[in-house]
Amino acid sequence: MIGRRWYVPWLFLAPALLVTALMTWGPLANTGVLAFTDAQALGGGQFTGLDNFVRLADDTDFFRALGNTALYLVVVVPALVLLPLLLAQLVHAKLPGIGAFRAVFYTPVIASMVVVGLIWSWLLSSDGLVNAVLVKLRVVAEPLPFLTDATLLLFSCMLVTVWKGLGYYMVIYLAALSNVPGELHEAARVDGAGAVRRFRSVTVPTVRPTMLLVGTLAAISATKVFAEIYVMSSGTAGPGGQAKSIVYYIREVGLGVDGEIGYASAMSLTLFVGTLGLSVLALVLRRRSERNTA
Amino acid sequence: MPGGQGVSERTVRERAPEPSAVRPARRRAGVGRVAGPALRYLLLLAMALLLVGPFLWQLSTALKGTGEPIYGPDTTLLPAEPTLGNFGKVAEVIPVWRYIGNSALVAVASVLTNCLLGAMAGYALARMRFRGRGAVFAAVLASLVVPFEVIMVNVFLTVRSLGLVDTLLGVLLPGAVSGLSILVMRTAFLALPKETEEAAAIDGAGEWARFWRVALPSVRGSLAVVGVFSFLFAWDDFLWPLIVLKSPDNFTLTVGLQYLSGTFTNDQRVVAAGTMIAVIPLLAVFFALQRMFFRGIGEGGVKG
Repeated sequence: MIGRRWYVPWLFLAPALLVTALMTWGPLANTGVLAFTDAQALGGGQFTGLDNFVRLADDTDFFRALGNTALYLVVVVPALVLLPLLLAQLVHAKLPGIGAFRAVFYTPVIASMVVVGLIWSWLLSSDGLVNAVLVKLRVVAEPLPFLTDATLLLFSCMLVTVWKGLGYYMVIYLAALSNVPGELHEAARVDGAGAVRRFRSVTVPTVRPTMLLVGTLAAISATKVFAEIYVMSSGTAGPGGQAKSIVYYIREVGLGVDGEIGYASAMSLTLFVGTLGLSVLALVLRRRSERNTA
Repeated sequence: MPGGQGVSERTVRERAPEPSAVRPARRRAGVGRVAGPALRYLLLLAMALLLVGPFLWQLSTALKGTGEPIYGPDTTLLPAEPTLGNFGKVAEVIPVWRYIGNSALVAVASVLTNCLLGAMAGYALARMRFRGRGAVFAAVLASLVVPFEVIMVNVFLTVRSLGLVDTLLGVLLPGAVSGLSILVMRTAFLALPKETEEAAAIDGAGEWARFWRVALPSVRGSLAVVGVFSFLFAWDDFLWPLIVLKSPDNFTLTVGLQYLSGTFTNDQRVVAAGTMIAVIPLLAVFFALQRMFFRGIGEGGVKG
């Protein structure tokens, strides 16, 4: 009998719905419309059909950003699927002090990307600790331009992304590992399976759905990479701005002084299709793996 | 989420490290036994160094005085004469207290709006029957697949037309109530037994009273999860404040730190001190609450 008066539920929902409508659905609809116009930051906006998308197909800066983001994905996603699982294995033990280690491994997650980016900029700068150690050990003769070479900058950012993400995905894996029946490991051990073999044949199959989840989360967040690149390059995206990601480029085009809203919207829409594609791909993979195990 | 398989109390239990732990302890079967506990501790320590070392190096740099080298062959790991001078210098270069205040204001407001508005909407979706409930629920779910980055340009246009550019309200608004907050609260209310609320209804309590006095106090755990994540998200956010804030006086801490490193790159000690100011309070709170925090994450629905 709860909610006899028809408007009561809507009073409960109104504030949240207002914010969501104003801050999510409205802007999304606007993105969909403006993508087909030549709207600028200061008024205007004639319908131009597919012009923005034609221009996009010819925009070398866009393709560089696309390539950079794709490279990011290819490196970061496998690293973030595998390394946190190994880390979770390491702390999934009943040993004294293990809880403290878990908390310690989580610290990079708590710090903001700006703080983490600034810390690593200092570590990786030409005068920084990493180069000092590399030179001292005679691994390299000259300091490596980790932050001033576009390609190296991208890899440095990937390192930061992975470093900061380890603890986050570790916690997700820990929840999954506590579901792995201990008897399976014991049985495999009795059968003489080594640690590597048990990891591959017992752990991985039981946490495979979680690996898929982690892969999806890592992939979606990698397609939106921005802060790492901005902070590590002090807002320049490397020499000649060659290390821009898609989000970096969208922000520059759409939110600059003379923002090209229409063109930026077309890019945003393309990015949206990309992230949706990743989600759908994950769903298909999930269905398939469920069918195989069923 | 209640009923979810999370990190259990047992797995988050923390004990002080004991040297005697090196002996081959009897452990639960199922632990990946790479080697003895000694090797495991070695690996754990190496990982701890890798994940916390950078923070410590930054702290060390922040504590070194101007007379002490921070790079070159004479650099030492620990500051020879630790000084807090660089922390004072941060405040001379940027209004760091103001930035902390701005960040705190936005983060606390975000906690309140996400908890209250999220709970209200979640309650309606979990407990009330009305036309259009399915559609509203679908819209909330669907909002989760819309990345902020995709709509940021148009969110900026909306915020601009509301006259909120360069204001903290403008920073708050897009994250004021996330779809995730609504969903977490809805799940929490669904797991509550209906009987208490029905009893209150028979006693003549209105919908608001049932929500506020009976249901809300019973979902404190989920409110804490929503609150902690809203706070962290707002406190750490960079992209949106960078877009919406224009004048250095209104910056939040993340944008202000980036600004600091731009204006003062020639003294890494000051930049290092700035990052430490930003991160130390957060880490202190985290380590004080970490047991609750890990339990909360487990309940909070991150499960495979």
